[in-house]
Amino acid sequence: MSRIEHCFTQLRRAGRTALIPYVTAGDPSVETTEALVHALEESGADVIELGIPFSDPLADGPVIQRAATRSLDNGVRLKDIFAMVERIRTDSDVPLVFLVYYNSVYRHGAEPFLRRCAALGVDGLVIPDLPLEERAQVQEVIADLGLDIDLIPLVAPTSKERTAQLVEGASGFIYCVSSLGVTGMRERLSASVKDLVEKVHRHTAVPAAVGFGVSTTEHARTLKPFADGLIVGSAIVRQIEAGLDAGDSVQRVQRFAAGLRQALDEEPGRTPGVR
Amino acid sequence: MIQAELSSKFGTFGGRYVPETLMPSLLQLETSYTEAAKDRTFQDDFRRLVQEYSGRPTPLYFARRLTEHLGSGRIYLKREDLNHTGAHKLNNVIGQVLLAKRMGKKRIIAETGAGQHGVATATVCAMMGLACEVYMGAKDVKRQSLNVFRMNLLGAAVHSVSSGTATLKDATNEAIRDWVGSVEDTFYVIGSVVGPHPYPTMVRDFQRIIGDEAKEQIMACEGRLPDLLVACVGGGSNAMGLFYPFIQHPTVGLLGVEAAGLGLHTPHHAATLTLGSPGVLHGMLTKLLQDEDGQIAPVHSLSAGLDYPGVGPEHASLQESGRAEYMAVTDSQALEGFQLLSKLEGILPALESAHAIAGLMERAHRTTADQVVVVNLSGRGDKDVTAVFEALEGEGAHEPD
Repeated sequence: MSRIEHCFTQLRRAGRTALIPYVTAGDPSVETTEALVHALEESGADVIELGIPFSDPLADGPVIQRAATRSLDNGVRLKDIFAMVERIRTDSDVPLVFLVYYNSVYRHGAEPFLRRCAALGVDGLVIPDLPLEERAQVQEVIADLGLDIDLIPLVAPTSKERTAQLVEGASGFIYCVSSLGVTGMRERLSASVKDLVEKVHRHTAVPAAVGFGVSTTEHARTLKPFADGLIVGSAIVRQIEAGLDAGDSVQRVQRFAAGLRQALDEEPGRTPGVR
Repeated sequence: MIQAELSSKFGTFGGRYVPETLMPSLLQLETSYTEAAKDRTFQDDFRRLVQEYSGRPTPLYFARRLTEHLGSGRIYLKREDLNHTGAHKLNNVIGQVLLAKRMGKKRIIAETGAGQHGVATATVCAMMGLACEVYMGAKDVKRQSLNVFRMNLLGAAVHSVSSGTATLKDATNEAIRDWVGSVEDTFYVIGSVVGPHPYPTMVRDFQRIIGDEAKEQIMACEGRLPDLLVACVGGGSNAMGLFYPFIQHPTVGLLGVEAAGLGLHTPHHAATLTLGSPGVLHGMLTKLLQDEDGQIAPVHSLSAGLDYPGVGPEHASLQESGRAEYMAVTDSQALEGFQLLSKLEGILPALESAHAIAGLMERAHRTTADQVVVVNLSGRGDKDVTAVFEALEGEGAHEPD
């Protein structure tokens, strides 16, 4: 059983919703990211999403674009991120997912990239610009080599009748895109997000996590009755950004994540064993 | 004239590497385009507009003095510079905006580099009464302030993009980001044979009118097919438009000319096919200028229309199969081509098209006297007069972007 699957199984038994924070690797340095991963795990993160910085992140809004720019401007390379994951894995078993644009995978070579991820203990991949129509090229490598990596599909509000196909054969979790547009904080969550999650649930037993715009404790309370997990990106990165001058990014993120954790765990919780 | 051949790949290149949010719309676009391409009314509307509004067919002009000067070949210029708004860009925009209207879209977005595609899109939207918003890199907004004003006069809103390198690549990113959020009512008019399928195919089909006309015209002038076609390549739509109807004729040589900027030995160029490697950008798998980690490289060309780190996937495929050949000329060579054509033929070419002239100058010694050459004069040079003035006054010491 993969780390992600194991994690969601435990959560389901306990009637809890997964907290999946996102940070861009190397923002502003790999040392900070490494400290953040440990801090997030302590604050109750269940899965941690690490963004591989890309020069042209077309699915991301301004906050995460700035994070990628900070990382790249500081000279962070893919090899530094791999080395960081190797260090993290010496004392942490927290499930790790890479959010990676396809060019980083393709340029490295899909097979060596995926082998490396598996060897280092990266548990899943979210590739935002690799839709169903193109994903066979990655899926086949994973299957052929028998790698223990979940290729996490994204389901969008526009997916509609494609949903069944998108989640077919999926493992890990399903990434439910809450609304149209790029990543970034939104004041209000789209009213249709519940329908989206329910549709995913009808087609698969794989857990459904909601991302894009999830940024407040209020959102956490709204989502937890029906979502198996929530993915928080830009709101976390904003905390990193706010702490850059004072050098207290890690503390800020920790406090923020703990707040989300508390909102997810307070009463009324979910019914254990049921989704 | 318009023909849909809807394979999503050109050899190993092409595809659609976009967020899932956009996929249903790309599939819808493919269906709508296929239907439109078969629909007589749509084709008639397209033909009528390119004739009555844009002024087609554009002439094929025998460049007598250029031919004499180069001392070899018989050189013809396909005068795309005589289209309304001064370049081949309008052919594609007319096609796409007609399609947008047919699909019931209310809002048009576009990316632009120097502003040519932005102006063409704003022009057609004004004529068809559609709302138009154009994304343009902040650097280009500054360098091309008159084009921004032209777009405003035409009723379009221009968004200045300051992320990344603040040029065409980033304007394209921002247009795609807009589209991810507005896909239900918005049509994205891409300006070249780039982007996710079906754009490279669709744009090529709208531009092939250049090659279809040239074929008829050269048969009338020379009674035979040309030996060589020459066109500049940034994204590559004017080149694809000219080349496409000739691909099936193996005796016709195809030469694409890229921007070598300050030189191929420097990092300041945009010679994607010449020096690039395969990768994924803006929804397509193609040749890119990038580093070992796949980060897209900053590029440079004096010509804003060639200042792009990617290229149309069909060109990457034509290069791989050996059917077309690609070379690169520097800013200085392009400036020579610009001046030569101005003095010998009384035609100021766009700096983009001046690269094609410069490519021809470099290849002239390989051409024999009886060979027939068609050069795509993709746009006119009025827009570049200031840039050329500054470059020549600066004695060819061009600063990179």
